[in-house]
Amino acid sequence: MVMTHLPKINVSSAGAFWALVRRDVHLAWAQGGASTLTIGFFLIAVSLFPFGVGPEPQVLARIAPGVLWVIALLACVISLDRLYQADFEDGSLDDLVLSPVGFLGVVCAKVLAHWLSTTLPLAVLAPFLGVMMNLNADGFVVLIVSLLIGTPALSLIGSVGAALTVAVRRGGVLMSLIVLPLYVPTLIFGVGAVDAAVNLVDPLPHLALLGAVSLMAIVAGIWASVMALKLAME
Amino acid sequence: MNKAVLRYSDDTQIMAEALTCRRGGRTVFANMSFTLSAGSYLCLRGRNGAGKSTLLRLIAGLVPQSDGKFVVQAGGQALDIKSSLLMVGHLNGLKPALTLRDNAAMFQKVMTGQNLDQAVLQAAAKRFALAHLLDQPVQYFSSGQRHRSALMRFELVSRQIWLMDEPTVGLDSDNRQALAVMMQSHLERGGIIISATHDPIDVEGIELNLDDFAPKQIGQNSLESEWL
Repeated sequence: MVMTHLPKINVSSAGAFWALVRRDVHLAWAQGGASTLTIGFFLIAVSLFPFGVGPEPQVLARIAPGVLWVIALLACVISLDRLYQADFEDGSLDDLVLSPVGFLGVVCAKVLAHWLSTTLPLAVLAPFLGVMMNLNADGFVVLIVSLLIGTPALSLIGSVGAALTVAVRRGGVLMSLIVLPLYVPTLIFGVGAVDAAVNLVDPLPHLALLGAVSLMAIVAGIWASVMALKLAME
Repeated sequence: MNKAVLRYSDDTQIMAEALTCRRGGRTVFANMSFTLSAGSYLCLRGRNGAGKSTLLRLIAGLVPQSDGKFVVQAGGQALDIKSSLLMVGHLNGLKPALTLRDNAAMFQKVMTGQNLDQAVLQAAAKRFALAHLLDQPVQYFSSGQRHRSALMRFELVSRQIWLMDEPTVGLDSDNRQALAVMMQSHLERGGIIISATHDPIDVEGIELNLDDFAPKQIGQNSLESEWL
């Protein structure tokens, strides 16, 4: 029996894509993964504020939306430097780009896995920290919604910075310098939405603009990440 | 699926014509030509820095060529090289926190989308004397064991073109023999192997010395050397 074109048989791109997503989520939660550290940082950094600014409920309630969003940004940045670098350092990135999903699939899968494993838990935990920060009851739903809409942009924009600095040893600081300014629109509209809800104003325009930022990040972020990654792997 | 009866397509060809690669403003190699057909083994030789790894990465499509032609074709049609090759480099691509079995299963799943056949894994582990380590986390492995674990990939995922960068590093004579046997059986099934190595491997093949394609050093003026 002679079979030709053996390599093309039994290859499923969709299977490989979801396998890659599962692999990254699994590794993010495995020993030495980024997710537990990121979530730990988020919890601890937010709980420092009541100690720092004092326990007055009015003060905490006033700064709650801003603090939660800013710390979520910083927590996300902390997790980013392992997004591509861990695989780059141990050589598995070379293997991944030879998989059926290619560069584009690798970037999409890794960003999706990063969002699921690292930034989505921040959105889930934020309401609990909101209680500690005495966030106004009207703000909770919008806080969760704004984080759900805005966090994909954090992963996507962050992926560009992570891909640009993948070959730079200790490039974490450089990456935050690239990424944090790009997070400003997300931050403005995210906090704006929660503030609007707290002040009983319609938060919808803010959420719509936040969604627009995320949609633009999907288009530009994935493309830019692929380009940066190709450049870094030469 | 019985692997033994499978054969790769016989009309696959790799052709390089006047291939030139420049990196960081320096010409690594110039004017290199070779042709490989199914079942052939190309052994890259050359001093350190002659561009052996660079050539392997160029073939894999990770480094762009500066000049010349590089084609992989099967039956006159251009073949997507990325989906028909497997590469092992200096880095082993293993996740230290996971066991060898999980590493292998993940590799298989990501490269093909299919689940790993445990019998295939057992056979691969046995070849490189790793069967007793399958459920150990890779972080406790020695560098030789890690390298053997990385070589197992060629048994797990079946692809026609193998690129090996220093496949014998850290291998003892038994494992070197096992590697040669694995390479030989791949060639017999119509596979193509390109390896860069300093150690002799017990496999018949074509030798390509990259020192022959080093850019000619005529003074320091690069313009002048391009003219000549």
